Amino acid sequence: MGRIPLSYLLNRLFTLFLTVFIAATLIWIIPRLSPVNPVDVMLGRMASGGGSVENSGAILAQLTERFGLNDPWYVQFWLYIKNTLTFDFGISTASFPTPVASMIAAALPWTLGLMIVSLIITFIIGNLLGALMVWEHTPRLWKVAIPAAMVFTSIPPILSGLLLMYIFSSQLGWFPLNGAYGLNTEPGWSLDFAGSVLYHGFLPAMSIVVVTFGFWALGMRGLMITVQGEDYTILAKAKGLRKRYILYRYMIRNAILPQITAFALKIGMLVAGQVLVERIFAYNGMGKLLYDAILDQDFPVIQGVSFVIILMTAVAAFLVDLIYPFIDPRIRHGA
Amino acid sequence: MSHNNAAAPETAAPDMTGITKKQLKRMRRFDNPWNNPKLIWGIGLLLGIVLLGVLGRFFWDPELVFTGAGMPRQGPVGIENLRGQVGTWAHPLGTDVSGKDILALLIVGAPNSLYVGVLASLIGMSIGIFLGFSAGYTGGRVDDVIRVSSDVMITIPPLLILVVVQASFGDITLTMMAILIAAFVWQSPTRLIRAQVLSMRESGYVQMARLSGASNMHIMFREMLPNLVPYLFGSFIANVTTSIVTAVGLEVLGLGPQRVPTLGRVIYDAISSAALTQNMWWWWGFPTILLGVMFIGLLLINLGLDEVSNPRLRKL
Repeated sequence: MGRIPLSYLLNRLFTLFLTVFIAATLIWIIPRLSPVNPVDVMLGRMASGGGSVENSGAILAQLTERFGLNDPWYVQFWLYIKNTLTFDFGISTASFPTPVASMIAAALPWTLGLMIVSLIITFIIGNLLGALMVWEHTPRLWKVAIPAAMVFTSIPPILSGLLLMYIFSSQLGWFPLNGAYGLNTEPGWSLDFAGSVLYHGFLPAMSIVVVTFGFWALGMRGLMITVQGEDYTILAKAKGLRKRYILYRYMIRNAILPQITAFALKIGMLVAGQVLVERIFAYNGMGKLLYDAILDQDFPVIQGVSFVIILMTAVAAFLVDLIYPFIDPRIRHGA
Repeated sequence: MSHNNAAAPETAAPDMTGITKKQLKRMRRFDNPWNNPKLIWGIGLLLGIVLLGVLGRFFWDPELVFTGAGMPRQGPVGIENLRGQVGTWAHPLGTDVSGKDILALLIVGAPNSLYVGVLASLIGMSIGIFLGFSAGYTGGRVDDVIRVSSDVMITIPPLLILVVVQASFGDITLTMMAILIAAFVWQSPTRLIRAQVLSMRESGYVQMARLSGASNMHIMFREMLPNLVPYLFGSFIANVTTSIVTAVGLEVLGLGPQRVPTLGRVIYDAISSAALTQNMWWWWGFPTILLGVMFIGLLLINLGLDEVSNPRLRKL
């Protein structure tokens, strides 16, 4: 941590905590403003399942007590914040005795895996293509093909997901329609399982990549045009350095820096888009968990999932800000 | 003139006579930066969607969006459905599983999506302009508060908070949804305007105005704001896209307005009724295409505006 001054680190940590705190507060306040009572919803579900519920008044009182709804609001809020920060989101009301935390823990690796893979692929492809749009030695065919591919980039991932799913799963049958691994594969550290995961994850990842690479490509194009006119690029050319060396070490190396900042700002949107892709592909991640919870009016799960995803994006933005000075040595925070 | 290197090979001419008529025409065209093909195409696509919504109501009955308007599961004209029935002109784009007419759904739904996007973005921009100017121009404690709160809010994905809102409150109107989305799209214009105002504050003409005794309001809105117009437009369009994506996202999750037809809602119905496995592509396909056209139009406008405000991006 040589280059990051303590004051900057503390400042940034403060923003991180404030973000998480505000998000947690919003998630807590909003359902309490609503007229719907979660205990009523739960009793309604029991009634529809079992025909009628005996001594429902007693159950109602007990559940109200159990969820701590009789306490004054500040006690409820304090307990909520304390529990949330220790990842205790309570118990799911739809699949009753299961703690929300364990449901999220089961879904999180799928979402994280899909997210990291697709983010890295789009970031690399997008920036490379954006650089090639400007580079003067790019083959002519590429110069025409890349802008044409940009057409997809404005579309949200749900729509590309639908189209890819229709073409490759429904019509051609090359890829499975839903799930994150095959029904007859046993989850575990086997080659069979890994293959199945890759096979099932390909289309969801592709539907994110296809529509997000253009965001990076367009940003990169603008930055490359600026870098192209800089003196150091002209000097490198005059020195007779190899073209590719100039492209990677002089032009992309300098143009990529603001893109990394954009990464931190954009990550929330990307994650939200992925949640919807998971819902379409019925992928076993947080998106499906969220969707099922919405259908069941399962508030602890909705709150838990929203909180964990917001936490992930806030932490990712924080990490990017911390890594940045190491990538760009000119930046000295607070100096 | 180092930045002109890219365009140099095509335009370098020893004298005026060396320039062909075509090149001359191109150069004249770029004399007016607003006369930009991308911008015009983008506006054209969006106008087309608006016209579909406005004129469509005169040529096609909007009442057909209700359940049972026609035979269910009809294909578009000339397309056979799984039961072997061929689509007719009664429902040119087919019907869904409950007999709603797809064309009518598009005519009523597309303007709704645009409306949410534009309204949310307008509100967000107004907040952004106000806060951005306050932060950049006033500085000090005000600046700190605004900067920190926009930094905090920018990492929170609107979709997730809105999911909680709508799951709690159930049905919601289009305008309510737009206002809720607006609560999450003011951050980036705020940051953008703040940064621009900070750099403009020390420029010659602003100091000149200040010396000649102009009021703060006059300097902010008469001197500075006109210079920000291309940025504001760009930010506005980007926000319209974000707002529509968020709105469609909510609708695809089955949230959002329940009684008003929206494009996202149509897609939600199609997915939950397994339209993909029943090969009823027209049900989700046409709304998807229409949304795609809408987003491409917005992207083209944004690219065009980028070229307007940053001449280096223009190419002859």
